[in-house]
Amino acid sequence: MGRKNLFNVGALLAGLGVTFKYMFQKKPTIQYPSRKKKHAPRFHGLHELRRYGDGKERCIGCELCSSVCPANAITVIGAENTPEDRRSPGERYAERYEIDELRCIFCGMCEEACPTDAIVLTPRFEMSELRRGSLIYGKERLLVPPDAGTGTPPDDRPNGIPSDLGRVAEIKSTVRWEEGYDATWRGHVLKTQTKGLAD
Amino acid sequence: MSGAWWTPAAGIWWIVLIKCAVLLFAVITTFAYAMLFERKVMGWMQLRPGPNRVGPWGLLQPAVDAVKLILKEDLTPKTADPLIYRLAPFISLLTAFSVYAVIPFSEPAPGNIWAISDVNAGILFILALTSIGVYGISLGGWASGSKYPLLGSVRATAQMISYELAMSMSLIGVLILSGTTSLTGIVRGQATVWYLFPQFVGFLIYIVTAVAETNRAPFDLVEADAELVGGFNTEYSGLRFGLFFIAEYINMLTVSCIATLLFLGGWNAPFHLTMIPGIVWFLIKVGFFMFMYIWLRATFPRFRYDRLMAFGWKFLLPVATLNLIVTAVVVAVRG
Repeated sequence: MGRKNLFNVGALLAGLGVTFKYMFQKKPTIQYPSRKKKHAPRFHGLHELRRYGDGKERCIGCELCSSVCPANAITVIGAENTPEDRRSPGERYAERYEIDELRCIFCGMCEEACPTDAIVLTPRFEMSELRRGSLIYGKERLLVPPDAGTGTPPDDRPNGIPSDLGRVAEIKSTVRWEEGYDATWRGHVLKTQTKGLAD
Repeated sequence: MSGAWWTPAAGIWWIVLIKCAVLLFAVITTFAYAMLFERKVMGWMQLRPGPNRVGPWGLLQPAVDAVKLILKEDLTPKTADPLIYRLAPFISLLTAFSVYAVIPFSEPAPGNIWAISDVNAGILFILALTSIGVYGISLGGWASGSKYPLLGSVRATAQMISYELAMSMSLIGVLILSGTTSLTGIVRGQATVWYLFPQFVGFLIYIVTAVAETNRAPFDLVEADAELVGGFNTEYSGLRFGLFFIAEYINMLTVSCIATLLFLGGWNAPFHLTMIPGIVWFLIKVGFFMFMYIWLRATFPRFRYDRLMAFGWKFLLPVATLNLIVTAVVVAVRG
């Protein structure tokens, strides 16, 4: 039994041939920090809390995202709007909004549950930190800057991605957004996905 | 002894000392880049680019690895035998280095022998030293006071004893043909025909046993990461782990050198291409063997332990002995 395998010199040589041939084949490796793979337009990455065009927060502090979250990663504490300090168009707004990105499983159910399209998942995935605590994102990091506001939710925008202004613009410089998101659209076949493999 | 350091008598010692320093540097540099070469080639064979981040083409990778190993904590387990545990890597490394005292790299020229010492029993010296090298691994694993290293070192001892027999047997065929144990003499005997051809069986056995002797895949049961974590070096860390690592690669280089000297004509140029100096031919041939080791490692899965022993004792040793007998008879009949 074993003896047969051991003395099957032809098979051994064939194996050597395979590795030798592979040595000269093109490598599918993507040199990550300098080159990035195109990912799907609706990739579930880091969250973002959105605003309306007039700068008001979309979140009305209803806590639906928090209750739907299967990982219990979202904490929302709402507060009443007052005529002097009106944060959102509704009665309430989120006084605190925290997402523990370490608990989050990026399923996107918060996005689906949200009645005002306030919480959305962006395609950003590079969020490593040196401390666990740094990955609990508070409102100050989730909320888009006031001047970033476009009133439309991400799905309705021409290229299907959230705006990249303010805080986000810094990250944008390392990611080739335009490469990753052209010619793809919700419901369409992702033509770029397989192409993206060739560095 | 009236000799001061500047007299001609002392000069010989100086030359030897300088040669040692140069060779030490050369061997360590070769080790460093053999390691990079291995990672590159294995990467290519596995459809990866290999290390390419540090320096152009990853050329500074060995330096960075060395710095990393030096900066790591050097742990000694509580249950370890401290003296032997600390000594073992040095046994491995020193025996690995010492072999280069007798390896000739090119045809001896007047006033320059291209080796630290051209002893007339070179091959015996090498075999003796590589046998001592096993102690480094066996003692290191045993002194770690931990189960996996112990298993690794038990395997090392068994494997090396089994395969060293067949290895020595395969070399004796060459010694009979050349009629000398001097490495330079053996190479001179291959001026017209390399011993690769009359001793083809011996060559194949040597190649197989040499892989086993250096504990390289597919004979790396001593390390066997899948079953023994890291085998004999599981408990080692930092620089001491590095020393074992260096010893392994230098042993690889050694067996490549021996294969070149004994079977591939050493520095003899093939096809009368004598315009290329002998040392270059020697290095090309050694490089070929180094590539082969990497190639084997990237291709073959590890042996099962009982099959390894069965293969060594029931196949390699009888065939090597048969090869030896046939060679001896043919040489005797031809006179």
